Amino acid sequence: MKCDILLAGVGGQGILSIAAVIGHAALSSGLYMKQSEVHGMSQRGGDVQSHVRISSREIFSDLVPHGSADMILSVEPMEALRYLPWLSPYGWIITNSQPFVNIPNYPDPKAIIAEIEKRPRHIVINADELAKAAGNSRGMNMVMAGAASLFIDIPLQKMEEAIDALFSRKGADIVKSNIAAFRAGREFAQKKRG
Amino acid sequence: MVEKMVMLLGDEAIAQGAIDAGVSGFYAYPGTPSTEIMEYAQQSKEAAERGIHRQWSANEKTAMEAALGMSYCGKRAMVSMKHVGLNVAADPFVNAGVTGANGGLVVVAADDPSMHSSQNEQDSRILGSFALIPIFEPSSQQEAYDMVFAGYEMSEKYRTPVLMRLTTRLAHSRAGVVRREPLPQKELKLPEDKRQFVLLPGIARKRYRILLENQVRFLEESEKSPFNRYVDGKDKSRGIIACGIAYNYLMENFPDGCPYPVVKLCQYPAPKKMIERLVKETKEVLVLEDGQPMIEERLRGLLDRDVTVKGRLSGEIPRDGELNPLLVRRALGMPETTGEPVPSIVAPRPPSFCTGCGHADAYHAIKEAIKEAYGDGHIFSDIGCYTLAALPPFETINSCVDMGASITMAKGAADAGLFPAVAVIGDSTFTHGGMTGLLDCIVEDSNVVIFILDNSATAMTGGQESHATGRLKEICKGLGVKEEHIRILTPLKKNHEEMVRIIREEIEYKGVSVIIPTRECIQTLGRKNKAKGGK
Repeated sequence: MKCDILLAGVGGQGILSIAAVIGHAALSSGLYMKQSEVHGMSQRGGDVQSHVRISSREIFSDLVPHGSADMILSVEPMEALRYLPWLSPYGWIITNSQPFVNIPNYPDPKAIIAEIEKRPRHIVINADELAKAAGNSRGMNMVMAGAASLFIDIPLQKMEEAIDALFSRKGADIVKSNIAAFRAGREFAQKKRG
Repeated sequence: MVEKMVMLLGDEAIAQGAIDAGVSGFYAYPGTPSTEIMEYAQQSKEAAERGIHRQWSANEKTAMEAALGMSYCGKRAMVSMKHVGLNVAADPFVNAGVTGANGGLVVVAADDPSMHSSQNEQDSRILGSFALIPIFEPSSQQEAYDMVFAGYEMSEKYRTPVLMRLTTRLAHSRAGVVRREPLPQKELKLPEDKRQFVLLPGIARKRYRILLENQVRFLEESEKSPFNRYVDGKDKSRGIIACGIAYNYLMENFPDGCPYPVVKLCQYPAPKKMIERLVKETKEVLVLEDGQPMIEERLRGLLDRDVTVKGRLSGEIPRDGELNPLLVRRALGMPETTGEPVPSIVAPRPPSFCTGCGHADAYHAIKEAIKEAYGDGHIFSDIGCYTLAALPPFETINSCVDMGASITMAKGAADAGLFPAVAVIGDSTFTHGGMTGLLDCIVEDSNVVIFILDNSATAMTGGQESHATGRLKEICKGLGVKEEHIRILTPLKKNHEEMVRIIREEIEYKGVSVIIPTRECIQTLGRKNKAKGGK
């Protein structure tokens, strides 16, 4: 088993909580894992990415090699496209459809979605809306983690245990609403993938 | 099945390694990508229980000196910094090689090739080699952890400081680390030779000779180090030297084993015998190193003959920037793997001030009172979040060189006749490296306007405490700034007109003015409010 993920977003959007869930689940499933993060200057509203690598074999590079990511998982649509050089020809783009506009020259959001949809394997989700519907307006990241989970060969139960471990100190209600958001994302992805 | 392990960033593995190796004190100044070493130590319950010192220092030089003082007392100390921080600490760092250590002393420098968050991409191995001390360069988080133990052992065996060098990618990447049984801290025990640390010429000459004599032993240690390895390969058409994390990028391209002989080089001085064998048995040598071509240059030598060496200098690998699996693949002449190019619709998204940041309000006033009144070219800035004023919509600052340089460059410019000559520096940067420059201005009563943007945090690196908090006015007064020319403002939109007026007044004053716009970083404030609300 091998799954290389390019996790993308904008500094401050909190992509690392997604990485934490996937990483925790991978470890408790007895898999190897490496995850590189961006700290420092870019965290001030710049583009940020995290390379998440999971494998049943020893992993060498902390960076996903170009052209070999199984998935770009993005919490923002334009950021999904920034990492195409890393995507394998068989890889999936899984992205939130809601733009994060903090630059004056942000392109037409419709054109961005159209660009993503030119690629054969993609799932575009309004994760903000799904999170709200699941009763967790701040659960966008967990919706995206849920959508991604469909493509990662780790038991669902391990994923949900990881959410529990990550949020348990914030109380049972927070855990529950994050799991609800996670499931909403997964269901959506399931329907889209067919 | 992976063994039970903890997930740690490279930085965290180093901190945990030090805690487990019986360190008694961490010393540091925040700097990407080294910050998380101290932060981890500060958050560690074990470190708290063990009473380990883990407070930020004013700058890397004071941190290095305090660590040396702890080592003098026979205890293990760790001092960590980013690569450019090692320049600040260079004086005590190089001289610590000469004094030697007593208790184990590990100096950690985290380099930033590709300058993700830095002003340059200098390679700390070169400074370590300049100081003639052993260097460890981990290829993985586990090795980072293990090397701390090895580093302390070596440091105490030869009474020498050792340098641990890593790069951004390992510092900020997480992987499983298996911990060891923690060791107790050392007892306080002064050096046997009470003059060991007195670098008077007569003693320094003796100490320096000891350091030189130790070079042979350091080399022997490298030859037998578990971190250095000769891995033979069938294909002798080339040999490869892979330093630190570069080893991973090499092996990523050969998951079933590299066909060429490889020297995995993670402890310096470079193991000569291993490299000799590689040169002898292979037709050419490819050097993979993240940072500057230190090993490549040395292998070529002054006359660059006898050995065919490939690497950054020959163009197989770009001369600058960090390595990655693809660059190594290209250097090996293997077919490229890459996805599609980035579509042209994607716009760059540079970092920017947070919404509601006080620096932005301060810069609106600075821009109006200075750039728009006197033209572009008067504002020397410094290193921190406020450097972002170089980018749109401000494009207001004219320099960012090193910690504290804003004030002294403004002074030099004023000396040259520039009017107005303005400095913009952050509160933490001011206490790091700006105070002495201000003193220079006071002594000559230079005609400068100095802004100390006080957000009560070391913000760019994540909002660490600032030594300046609550002390700025007293420091400026104490250094000799006239009280009526220390102007404290609250940078808010509603105060814009007042700020512009005060700036204009201070420009007109022919002497040293210090303007201190004071408003807490909204990130640290938000965290504090959240913590309050949560409890």
